[in-house]
Amino acid sequence: MTVDLGLSTDQEAIADLFGGFFAKESPTTVARAAEPFGFDAGLWAKLVELGAPGMGSPVGIGGGGASLSDLVVVAEALGRAIAPVPLIEHLAAALLLTDADVVAGEAIATVAVRPTDADGLWRLVPAGAVADVVVGVDGDELVAVRSEPPMVAPRNHAAAPLADRSARTGQRTVLGPAVEFVPVLDRWKVLTSAALVGIADAAMALGVQYVMDRQQFGVPIGSFQAVQHGLADLPVMIDGGRLLTHKAAWAIDSGEVGINDWALNDITDGSTLASMAYVFTTDGAALATDRSLHYHGGYGFSEEYDIQLYYRRARGWSLVLDDPSVECLALADRLFGAREA
Amino acid sequence: MDFSLSTETLEFRRTIRDIVQRTVTPEVIDRMHTTGTFASPELNAELGRHGFLERAVPGLGKGDPIELWVLFNELEKAGAPYDGPAVALMIAGVVNALGTDEQKARILPSIISGEAMVAMGYSEADYGSDVASIKTRAVKDGDEWVINGSKMWTTMAQAARWLILLTRTDPDLPKHKGLTMFLLPMDTPGITVEPVHTLGTEVTNATYFDDVRVGDEAVLGGVNNGWRTMTTVLAFERGVMGGSNAAVPLLRHFHDWAAAEGLLANDVVRERLARSVIDMQVAALLTQRSAWIAASGGMPGLEGSMTKVFAAEAYQRISRWCQQMAGPAGLLQFHEAGAAGEGFVEYDARHSPVVTIYGGTTEINRNNIAERHLGLPKSR
Repeated sequence: MTVDLGLSTDQEAIADLFGGFFAKESPTTVARAAEPFGFDAGLWAKLVELGAPGMGSPVGIGGGGASLSDLVVVAEALGRAIAPVPLIEHLAAALLLTDADVVAGEAIATVAVRPTDADGLWRLVPAGAVADVVVGVDGDELVAVRSEPPMVAPRNHAAAPLADRSARTGQRTVLGPAVEFVPVLDRWKVLTSAALVGIADAAMALGVQYVMDRQQFGVPIGSFQAVQHGLADLPVMIDGGRLLTHKAAWAIDSGEVGINDWALNDITDGSTLASMAYVFTTDGAALATDRSLHYHGGYGFSEEYDIQLYYRRARGWSLVLDDPSVECLALADRLFGAREA
Repeated sequence: MDFSLSTETLEFRRTIRDIVQRTVTPEVIDRMHTTGTFASPELNAELGRHGFLERAVPGLGKGDPIELWVLFNELEKAGAPYDGPAVALMIAGVVNALGTDEQKARILPSIISGEAMVAMGYSEADYGSDVASIKTRAVKDGDEWVINGSKMWTTMAQAARWLILLTRTDPDLPKHKGLTMFLLPMDTPGITVEPVHTLGTEVTNATYFDDVRVGDEAVLGGVNNGWRTMTTVLAFERGVMGGSNAAVPLLRHFHDWAAAEGLLANDVVRERLARSVIDMQVAALLTQRSAWIAASGGMPGLEGSMTKVFAAEAYQRISRWCQQMAGPAGLLQFHEAGAAGEGFVEYDARHSPVVTIYGGTTEINRNNIAERHLGLPKSR
């Protein structure tokens, strides 16, 4: 074992397969057509044919046995295409589910990323509008609740199929104590980070393409240094986010207890790295979509151009968890110890 | 991806931490800040004695870029003066890659033993980012070269044994083509060193050349081939050797002070510290990537530009945050009672402005990224 920061041969194959799949089956016209609800059942059915929903489940129950690191490659491809399917939520929730229809993807599972409120409701659950099974924390229990999805979502910034879901009505299974939700949420954070890297990468590519095409003063606006330098900030945010996300996945896949030695910048704990990746990629995706939209000029503000689709999802896909500052405070507790009362 | 260090590298790291602990004492750090010479002969000699300098030089010894990264990352995180060995190893790498057998035999032993330091003479008073336009001349006179001109920012020239010097040998050729690199002893007659005092305490220099005579043995990498020699140096400089985790020791100093002052109860402080730790982790990963690219046979020049822009700006942001969060205690200097982080908070606020300037400004690096990574047209 030694440092190797490239994708494995298998992961290269996964990147090719899913990159090709989303490019063909989910160009941005598909994301547009799915608005405002944010779900394309036909596209999900094609993913089911590919076996994608069960990729991360154990081979023994019909899954693909893929590591989280492998799924990160899939999630980045999904983000790049802003595909309107709840694959990230499903792959995270499936960690604790063995139901055959979930592994097959015939039933959609999701993660209630925040605990229930006083009424036993999970508010604005990602993919809550379309999921048959919701995994989340209710009081001191981790539960899976199977119930009829509402198939309707409040209109929202990201055109995401969000919905409130009850933890107390429907077929409720206790999976364990609330603390066992941590690995599920870590998985969701890592995969969401990967998708945000994909969003940022695609947004940067749109920006670069536009500034090369758009002529003002008789030259492409991409020849102006002010524009170039704004775009030059983006690759490092994307590459840095990708490395951090992969490191989190590597740490979680290793199954070992990591360390949090921030004082020597030696951090190998999976939960800590997942939290760091989520905060960093949220910033990276916001920056990349901001800059790219801005360099589109007025057209970036029009609905006609695709950059606005990325701009809205960069914010929406991460904000469903909470203000990233709240995540920073939780991260501070991990790093520096809980605040003294 | 695999982020684990091999057992051997971990052992290497443990030994470095040990050496740093023994040699980089608070007295050594204090001496740096008093004299303005940011070097520790004790540390350099000890690294040399363990064979770590030779082992880390690209192409020499073990030449493992991952170890090179670990070495400088550990020195930087410890707050040890690492610029001296970094420059020396960078130049050793270039001598090893482009030098003659005679040059290797004459120069390398003094560097890898940790005794000799090297000063770099590239920039001039009127040519910084546009370094290919420099005017210092080297003119052939019989068997000798006669050098006249001056260089700025020749850090460590007051203590160095060697000087790597970029000169113009053919003013009629296009500017990148008529350059030649020399590597000569600092005690060659005709060299004068004048100190330039800086905001960050470290003394740098202006160095003057008045009919300095050297033979062909001082030419490094071929006559009129100086730009290639230069890019070989810069690829090392922006790649692997420190300059990405400068805020790590600052965060330790600030955190310990803030804990004692009860500031860690403050959400703003906690959030900023958490964000700072994230940025330092990302900077380390980006540097590790450069090392991995070099270890895989590549040349991480562009990745180095990206890392430098990110790491330098992160360090500036963090040093500004730490000083602000400390309030008036962040104004107090070393040895003053009540100074935040024992004075390091104030020091880093003074030191950090230089990091977006030296070794290629952030603007030059953004040009590189725009042109070579994004494929945008050359803008100058």
